[in-house]
Amino acid sequence: MAKKTKSLNLNFGPQHPAAHGVLRLILELDGEVVEKADPHIGLLHRGTEKLIEHKTYTQALPYFDRLDYVAPMNQEHAFALAAEKLLNVEVPIRAKYIRVIFCEIGRILSHILNVGTQALDVGALTPSLWGFEERETLMTFYERASGSRLHANYFRTGGVNQDIPLRLIDDIEKFCKSFPKIIDDLEGLLTDNRIFKQRNVEIGIVTKKEALDHSFSGVMLRGSGVPWDLRKSQPYEIYKDLDFKIPVGKNGDCYDRYLCRIEEMRESVKIILQCVEKIPKGPVKSIDGKISPPKRDDIKQSMEALIHHFKLFTEGYRVPKGNVYTAVEAPKGEFGVYLISDGSNKPYRCKIRAPGFSHLQAMDYLIRGHMLADVPAVLGSLDIVFGEVDR
Amino acid sequence: MITESLQKLEKLVNSELSSKIQKSIIEHNEFLIEINESELVDVVQFLKSNEKCKFRQLIDIAGVDYPEEEKRFQLVYLFLSHENNNRIKLSVRFQTNQTISSITKIFPSANWMEREVFDMYGIKFKNHPDLRRILTDYGFKGHPLRKDFPLTGFNEVRYSEKEKKVIYEPVKLEQNYRNFDFESPWEGTSYVKEIKNLKKDGKKN
Repeated sequence: MAKKTKSLNLNFGPQHPAAHGVLRLILELDGEVVEKADPHIGLLHRGTEKLIEHKTYTQALPYFDRLDYVAPMNQEHAFALAAEKLLNVEVPIRAKYIRVIFCEIGRILSHILNVGTQALDVGALTPSLWGFEERETLMTFYERASGSRLHANYFRTGGVNQDIPLRLIDDIEKFCKSFPKIIDDLEGLLTDNRIFKQRNVEIGIVTKKEALDHSFSGVMLRGSGVPWDLRKSQPYEIYKDLDFKIPVGKNGDCYDRYLCRIEEMRESVKIILQCVEKIPKGPVKSIDGKISPPKRDDIKQSMEALIHHFKLFTEGYRVPKGNVYTAVEAPKGEFGVYLISDGSNKPYRCKIRAPGFSHLQAMDYLIRGHMLADVPAVLGSLDIVFGEVDR
Repeated sequence: MITESLQKLEKLVNSELSSKIQKSIIEHNEFLIEINESELVDVVQFLKSNEKCKFRQLIDIAGVDYPEEEKRFQLVYLFLSHENNNRIKLSVRFQTNQTISSITKIFPSANWMEREVFDMYGIKFKNHPDLRRILTDYGFKGHPLRKDFPLTGFNEVRYSEKEKKVIYEPVKLEQNYRNFDFESPWEGTSYVKEIKNLKKDGKKN
């Protein structure tokens, strides 16, 4: 006679260090094997989309920093591009270079945290400590450009808020020269590490077809062998003129995704170095006075500038009627903004497409049949940040 | 170059699905088609499986609320084709109480996206395997992204020292929410106008 067994329900989170924020995962276990995972999200829901509907375009931008707070400027970029597309504004070339530099810095910020925490989840403490040291340096670059380490609010429709300080470019270059050594060190700790490999190789395998069906993007897609990167396939800003490679995985498991992230950091360093070399002089925001605010000096001298300043910071600018979808290759995947304007100074609707949302949705399918101990490993390799999943 | 491939796509879609498409627009280098809500599943199936379209990835589903219009809600489905490197937007308009067919059978990733639309707009989907709220609190009432839902919401949450637990209360604001609407600076912002009108009404009574 067969023994009667009962599956065990386990609440993973919402306060659990390996849940990467406030994820409540209800697991059905048969012994140590996961039979079903039901992620409960929304514990960090702040109603960003609703708030944006009530703010002018300038006021809406800072909300994007708070989505994926690990790489803030990449999110701002998507919104700025959407508004620019509707307004049909030309972005000065220097601003494009600055944007790309900071987006790539964002990519390194995100990947280095993810690699560190993924290692932490499977038991290695050191990589995350080393990673955080580099993150600190990168965040000082953020601070020197925008004034704040995390919530930058730096990009604007038609450019960036202000020009970067003189010596920042040199310091970024210096960092890029020294950073590959740090990546080597991290790889030395992890890539051939027996324990790290045992925990990650052939865990959470995603096939090509399933990656497409589950709306995966970014590293999750490339790890499964689909060579797709918006920076290459639908290039925006100046990515067309830059020389970089797209690392693609083979097996689609957690380990391949880790390798992709490591390689992407190296590519980002290359991109930044090219930008640093090529960056031209010139204005950093659109010269259209109806969209970008005037300089401080001009306000004191010119009546017209004063009026523009007043109008821009009360009424804001009006965006022509229409709807656009713009997407950028954020560190976590395709981050998109679907923006509907009704011709007023506030967005009528702003739908935010967060890559983490689709990735977390696949959790159930990824973890089914795996052991309980694999849950943090898979979750770590999904690269979930709750700011963007919950919005 | 992008426009060319989009025009080709427009031709193809229009010839293959002519009866089902109400309108097709190319604007800002983006292709949008409007269809009837009853034909949604067929059109999505076609877009995914057709050899020339190959829209194998569902990017997102966006709900939109137009409270003034007869067909109040709109759903916009965004698709991406890796093979052809283009995107398509599919728009469906319908009335408040209509249910929409779920496309979870075709795209498994639509599951959470439809749950989100249901949560935010209260739009119901036919044949959805698990239509629960997703982003809002357990036991939440109302649909927050509808235009008639107030920005401040109805309930607020705090920890009560007395009851030693988290409790829900109606929202009490120290100061009224001010909507600084500067669209017509000459007449003042709308909340000033409202106060003025209130005073006028008060005098009459």
